[in-house]
Amino acid sequence: MARRLTPWRWAVLGLAAVYFLVPLAASFVFTVDDPRHGVDFGAYTGIVSADGFGSSLLLSLELAVATIVVVLLLMVPAVTALRLGAPRLRPVVEVICSLPLVVPPIAFVAGIVTVLKWGPQYLSRTPLFQTFVAVQNPTFPVVLVLAYVVMALPFVYRALDSGLRAIDVRTLVEAARSCGASLPQALVRAVLPNLRGALLNASFLTLALVLGEFTVAQLLGFQPFAVWIYNVGGSQAQMSVAVSVLSLLVTWALLLALAGAGGRDRTASSRG
Amino acid sequence: MNMTVTSTLEKAAAEKAATVEFRSLRREFGPTVALDGLDLTVRPGEFLALLGPSGCGKTTALRMLAGFEHPDSGAVLVDGADVTGVPAHRRDAGMVFQSYSLFPHLNAVDNVAFGLRMRKVRTAERRARAAELLELVGLGDKRDRYPHQLSGGQQQRVALARALALRPRVLLLDEPLSALDAKVRLNLREEIRRLQQELGITTLFVTHDQEEALSVADRVAVMRAGRLEQCAAPAELYGRPATAFVAEFVGTMSRIPGELTDGTVAVLGRRLPAEGEAADGSVDVLVRPEALGVRADADGTGRVVATAFLGAVVRVTVRLADGTEAKADLPAHEATGLGAGAPVTVSLPDRPVLVAGRAQS
Ligand SMILES: Nc1ncnc2c1ncn2[C@@H]1O[C@H](COP(=O)(O)OP(=O)(O)OP(=O)(O)O)[C@@H](O)[C@H]1O
Ligand SMILES: [Mg+2]
Repeated sequence: MARRLTPWRWAVLGLAAVYFLVPLAASFVFTVDDPRHGVDFGAYTGIVSADGFGSSLLLSLELAVATIVVVLLLMVPAVTALRLGAPRLRPVVEVICSLPLVVPPIAFVAGIVTVLKWGPQYLSRTPLFQTFVAVQNPTFPVVLVLAYVVMALPFVYRALDSGLRAIDVRTLVEAARSCGASLPQALVRAVLPNLRGALLNASFLTLALVLGEFTVAQLLGFQPFAVWIYNVGGSQAQMSVAVSVLSLLVTWALLLALAGAGGRDRTASSRG
Repeated sequence: MNMTVTSTLEKAAAEKAATVEFRSLRREFGPTVALDGLDLTVRPGEFLALLGPSGCGKTTALRMLAGFEHPDSGAVLVDGADVTGVPAHRRDAGMVFQSYSLFPHLNAVDNVAFGLRMRKVRTAERRARAAELLELVGLGDKRDRYPHQLSGGQQQRVALARALALRPRVLLLDEPLSALDAKVRLNLREEIRRLQQELGITTLFVTHDQEEALSVADRVAVMRAGRLEQCAAPAELYGRPATAFVAEFVGTMSRIPGELTDGTVAVLGRRLPAEGEAADGSVDVLVRPEALGVRADADGTGRVVATAFLGAVVRVTVRLADGTEAKADLPAHEATGLGAGAPVTVSLPDRPVLVAGRAQS
């Protein structure tokens, strides 16, 4: 874009940069500043060797991947079916999917805790008891995935909905069917590839949400990355800030990687 | 033109040109009756245009043949076999849609090859055939373009190639030209006609443009409010419309007041044999602009209201003594001197005329 940057644009850009970069820079300076020796990267080297860094980051990534897979498997068919079959139900689904925005995470997690406590008591003699135990397995807490799926619903719904709005789903499906594709084939071969941008956006938002989520994980007693940062911070001020800076960079890198992998070039301009 | 391609295609299609029958199809959407007992037969290899005003059920009828819509009652038959319950992807009907319907993520070749891919044709084979088809619609050099890199007319050509890729028994075209500009429209409709004749494929072409229907179709079916009004060859439809609705929908018609008695009608100072259904008494005589004579006459009771230059002819609008307006097409040289306000005499040739009940006005 050869667009001229007017003084106004510069001003806004400058303000935004100050707003975002100054705290980041200050944090960075704080972590590397040592009153005795000058610059010292000890805080950063300390992190990587610190206990639990690798395992908590890995757990967060696993949770993110699982959440993305589940939420997309759930929502893509649902939203597509909604658009094809029952457009009048859309407002209802929209409201339901927005509920997690309204319910505070604290209330949400309180509900989950109650269920987790109540379940084993009443189901101790049934096979469901094992389910409750498995769901809370600390090496891979399925219950967190379930919670994150609910929390990601509003973002995923919105991303998919806007993606579907940009294409004429009905015509694409009918065109595919008149070319001899069954309904599932039509959806997979003709609709899904054109939702790439929307799928990417949805994954993006879910990834950011899961990596940064603290309340639910902490209160349920698991230790993904965000909780680990908090725990480390309690013991060492400089290291905890270093971890925050690092986590910001990690999240950024992951989002950029996702964007790069998805190749955002063709998706936006595909309607001629 | 690639002769080998067309000849092989032609053979394949001509062997199985299909008869299509709609039998008293009925379909309601809530309070609207989209189809109200539609009966229509399309002959093998025929190019039939479905013509009618907006909302008369043309698209609904076509979608029923394609399998996207199901009748409340009635049946769709292809070669005598009832296909009403057959799902869309087994109907063997190629369709071109009104809106651009190419798959945005595929280039032209892959769009055309989509159906072959669904049929599990090998990659090399389907690409070769898709390339042939693109050649056939005149886009051999655009095979690697994506839909957003093609013009509207080119997109519809690719869509046509895609619809033909599986050698369908019926080709369905739902106003494929309506999003295109006039020049492209004209070219493409002639090309569609040429292709259809070469392939000999039974074709249904939906349009609400009567000129389009008359110029390309073997027969034109005029629909009105979910029913068939008349189905006939273009010349017959134009020259001998069965009803006043058809007469006025197809081409331009003027209504001139007359008095009907015993099968003859008194109009413009003379008595002519009458056709059409109307009760004796005050009627309207329906007249085509080219049938109406207009002559400058200082004592004439008609007055020219407006003239419009249409190329070879000039369309003159005349207000008659009783206030009704009639349109006449005159050769350009006869129309010189007929400015607005000029007194004229209007006349009819010695031929039976079509009459209809007096229009309320
Ligand atoms: N899915 C639908 N739901 C509700 N009403 C419909 C639906 N499809 C068609 N109709 C109604 O049925 C009637 C016939 O529609 P149809 O699309 O067949 O008309 P058409 O002849 O193709 O008109 P046009 O020339 O404007 O395309 C219209 O009144 C339309 O509003
Ligand atoms: Mg229509």
